[in-house]
Amino acid sequence: MVSAAEPILLTGRVIKAGRASGTALVSPEPIGFYGHVDPETGLIREKGHPLEGECVTGRVLCFPTGKGSTVGSYTLYRMNKAGTAPAAILNEQSEAIIAVGAIIGDIPMLDQIDLSRIATGDWIVVADEQVEVRAGGQHKDQHFVTADW
Amino acid sequence: MAAKLTSDERDMLAGKHGPGVQKALEIVVALGKIYGAQDLVPVESVQVSGVSYQNLGSAGLAFLREWANDGARVRVPTFLNPAGMDLRRWQTMGIDAEFARQQLAVIDAFTVLGIAPTCTCTPYLIGYEPGPGAHVAWAESSAVSFANSVLGARTNREGGPSALAAAICGRTARYGLHCDENRRASVLVEVSCPVRSVSDWGALGYMVGQATQSQVLYFQGLEPDGVDALKALGAAMAASGAVALYHVEGVTPEARLAGVLRPDHTRLAIDNLEAGYRALSGGPTRIDLVWLGCPHASVAEVARLAAFAEGRRFVPEVWITTNRPVREESEMAGSVAAIETAGGRVWADGCVVVAPLRGRFSTVATLSAKGAYYAPSLLGTDVRYGTWLQLERAMLTGFWE
Repeated sequence: MVSAAEPILLTGRVIKAGRASGTALVSPEPIGFYGHVDPETGLIREKGHPLEGECVTGRVLCFPTGKGSTVGSYTLYRMNKAGTAPAAILNEQSEAIIAVGAIIGDIPMLDQIDLSRIATGDWIVVADEQVEVRAGGQHKDQHFVTADW
Repeated sequence: MAAKLTSDERDMLAGKHGPGVQKALEIVVALGKIYGAQDLVPVESVQVSGVSYQNLGSAGLAFLREWANDGARVRVPTFLNPAGMDLRRWQTMGIDAEFARQQLAVIDAFTVLGIAPTCTCTPYLIGYEPGPGAHVAWAESSAVSFANSVLGARTNREGGPSALAAAICGRTARYGLHCDENRRASVLVEVSCPVRSVSDWGALGYMVGQATQSQVLYFQGLEPDGVDALKALGAAMAASGAVALYHVEGVTPEARLAGVLRPDHTRLAIDNLEAGYRALSGGPTRIDLVWLGCPHASVAEVARLAAFAEGRRFVPEVWITTNRPVREESEMAGSVAAIETAGGRVWADGCVVVAPLRGRFSTVATLSAKGAYYAPSLLGTDVRYGTWLQLERAMLTGFWE
């Protein structure tokens, strides 16, 4: 994590342009949305996933890449309609399912982001290709994940 | 934006053709960006997946309606993957009325988008045969494999929304199998055992798909006796692996091209098919469903079942799934009557593994390696996979021998 006094700036590749802010929720492992994230509550339901039980709603969701069924694109669309979607998505390497989901779900998304620079709880501001990271965030983050990954 | 866009495409992306077309181009451009495309390429036809309401769900249906309301319409010939039921005889099939209502609403939404409701994974059996070199955007994995390999057309494995986006803007991003250099084989598969029946082709495909995943293959030693053999081979490889293109020496159109086999290729030797048969078959011997037509049956496959059915009575349920045109042709030939008189069913439009049938059957017998691969997870059944003779016995006795 970086010091709160000096935000770091990262630049990514725009998959879905837009502006958003929120606290980071960082997964060391890929996320699949279909069957693994509950679109009604925003909770990650995949058994054994490092973020199992975490809520993605309103967070800047950071994970290496997507996985799982192609129907996952529609899950992101549904989350947008249900108000449970993440505020933004940051990936290391985007793949088709999440990218299409972000476009049809109107969720700002970047990839080619070095996720080692971001920790769960950091405050993130996304503006098109720019990502600003403030350590610890503006808000005390009750979702902070302390697992040893 | 790395890919070069034409002025027409830039207009689409800027919303000058309406929000529906804009969204379609956004999807195509994003995929091009992710996969490093230099530009977009016009597509001749599209096959859309995500048609069964079981896969699409209420979110997918809402999205299709919204896209249609945004003025999106397909601009190239487009057809649909199988639905979760026979669109006309769903009641006879035992499909719940609420599911049927939603499934028909999905078909209506596709119709508003300008798509004729021809639901099939074998569009190439009913006249949609893109020629060698044609760029298309197809989604169903066995259809993708057939189009690329047997017809020499060019398509990536599209997802439901990306295929539909291609249909709406008439383009796809030029990457992957649209490009010459990615169509060369990286694995030489040397088959030294006989491969004769449909179940042999499926067992071979299952084994090779498992071993090679998404690589491009070059087969030596195969003599397929027609389209149905290659349909079974490709479907199995696309299920157990993600094979989207294979070449067969002396058979498929690109196999004779210079340099089709990359110099740094690896080798895979197959000298018997037992491992494939063993992996696909297991569980109880009592059979409650015999299922043919995965991928959707050809007229010849329906006729073969009809010839066996003539004058006989089936003990378990016997279903063969196909598309509407094949069913109609088979009806005129008398095949449908022969099968249904014996107690079997010829379903159109649908597919067993995307239908809401979980819990209905306990053990399915099939000649389809793809069906055998998916039935345990999607239907919750055990599966017996074997030869046509074993299947004949199962149809007459209800047991697997």
